[in-house]
Order: sequence, then structure tokens, then C-alpha cells
Amino acid sequence: MPMILGKKVGMTRIYDASGKMIPVTVIQAGPCSVLQVKTVENDGYNAVQLGYDDIKPARRRKPAVGHAHKGGTVPKRFVREMRLPAGAELPYQIGDSVTVSSFADIKLVDIIGMSKGKGFAGPMKRHGFGGFPASHGTERKHRAPGSQAGVAANAGRSGGPKKGKRMGGQMGNVRVTTRNHPLVSIDGQNHLLVVKGPVPGPPDGYCIVRCSKKV
Amino acid sequence: MKTAFLDAVESKDVKKSIPHFEIGDIVEVHCLIKEGNKERVQKFEGTVIARKGRGMNEMFTVRRIIGSEGVERIFPLHSPNVVDIRPVRSGKTRRAKLYFLRERTGKGVRLAQRHSDHTVSK
Repeated sequence: MPMILGKKVGMTRIYDASGKMIPVTVIQAGPCSVLQVKTVENDGYNAVQLGYDDIKPARRRKPAVGHAHKGGTVPKRFVREMRLPAGAELPYQIGDSVTVSSFADIKLVDIIGMSKGKGFAGPMKRHGFGGFPASHGTERKHRAPGSQAGVAANAGRSGGPKKGKRMGGQMGNVRVTTRNHPLVSIDGQNHLLVVKGPVPGPPDGYCIVRCSKKV
Repeated sequence: MKTAFLDAVESKDVKKSIPHFEIGDIVEVHCLIKEGNKERVQKFEGTVIARKGRGMNEMFTVRRIIGSEGVERIFPLHSPNVVDIRPVRSGKTRRAKLYFLRERTGKGVRLAQRHSDHTVSK
């Protein structure tokens, strides 16, 4: 189950063999360094720690610099673990480099990224509420959420609104996974993965690309 | 750097040579149509009233009057289904978007011919 770390480059379009237009997202993925290999004996679970995007050693604390040094590299901005099932063969050794070529046989990928932050958004934008009429006597309540716990079904314990009641609040800037993007092409020279459709996050945002879990 | 990567992805599909045509020109667009297993080329002739987008995303709009009904088709410049674009007649114009032609009918839709180096004739 390959996984790689990358950065969203942007979107464009390409044409398939039948002349059909495909919207694609270009992701610059890897080369990632294997910073650490975790095993059941040592750490209680199997995993491979990948690092992407170099950073000056002076900008990181010494433990992080030393940790990267063990993997024979400089510290990385984006470090994530690739979990492996217990008993699985560990595909990489410390110091290995992971490139897009590990996706050569993969048809579908999942992409994990941080969605674009929208700030504090009202219920209309955040949850698609209908709002109130523009006229017919509506005053200062055009985008209001309405009543919170007026009926028994919406009332939680101790008289307050139910947990999870949809209201205004922070929207976006959360971890989002989009599943089953067809992998359109791989450019080993430029370390690019081209996937169909939009992926979470802004251009230059970090993302994790992995083989699809649910096909 | 970012655009360089996008260019690398697009380079496979971007057409190497595109016939020169400008806003206001009358062009004949040769469009590949697939019906079942059969392929044929359909021609659409009309005035180019707009070009928008850049690089791979460039689109152009061709307008003509069929019967008494205005018909506009928007073609992706780099689509493999747009086989050929043949300039038929140049048109003299002072703006980049000729949307005002939509309000005109009959003789009003004609544009003066442009006499310059790339003037083309049938």
C-alpha cells in the first residue's frame, strides 16, 4: 500500500485518447526520505515515517535535526507516518527515498489535505441553511440560523441545544480525505502525480497521496 | 516553477501549431464527430467573437446565423476534436469581444475586411 507526501501544484486539463477533456490536479510528490522505521517490537506498531520538503537545519530544533540525520538527510517540513498492518513486511529501510515510481501500478488514489480555511462562517454558507426571506417583514434576520432548541427533538440534556446542532463557526482548514481519484499519469522526471478531479487545499498546500483504501 | 510543472503536464496535449486567426475573422472549424464507431468531420463556419483563457485552457467562440437564429459554438483551442481551423476572411475590429454582434441581424453582422499582412482569402 504505497503512500507518498507531496504538494499541490494546481489544476489544469488534459485530453484522453478519445478526445475527452479530463480536469486534473497536478501534485508534486516526493522524493520523500524515510526518517524512521517503526516496528511492533520497538514501537508497538509497524510504520514508516516519511519526510518531504527540506528545511535548513538551523530552523529546526536539534532533536529534529538529529532525527533526520539518522536517516542521512536534512530536516523536513512535512513529516507523516505510513501505517502498516502488524506482521506486514516493511517495504523500506531507514534512509531510503520514496518516489512517484512506487505508484506505477496504481489505478486509484486517496488524497488527504487541509481544506482551504473559510474563517467563521454563518450557517447558510457552512451548512447550506435556507436563511430567511429578503422581505415580507423580515428585519435583521436574513441569514440567521433560526431557533436552536425550540422543539423536543432539538433539545439536549440539561436544557441546552443538542450536541452537534448545526450553527455558525470555523469552516474549512480541517483535514479532508477525498477518495478514489483515478491516477491519470506519472512524471518520474519532475516527480509529478496527475490525478483526476479537485483535491483538498490551496496550491502549494501539503497533501498525502496513498493507494485507495476502498475501491 | 509551479507553472513549469503545469506546462510539463500540459505539453503532451498542447497543439504545436495553431493557425493564426484573430477576433472578427471568419473561420471554418473542422470538428471531429463520433457517432458510434464512425468518425466524421463537421464544419462550422462563422465569426470569431471571443477568445478567452490561456495556454491549454484557451477557448474561442464562433458565431453565425443559421436560418434566422444566431448560433454560437465554443471550442477548446487545444482539443484533439478540433482538427483544423481555417481562416476564411479577415474582419476589422477594434475590440476583443464582439458580443455586440448578438444584437445585430442581417447586414449589420458584417465586419469590414482587415487589410494587413495576415489578410486571408478563400
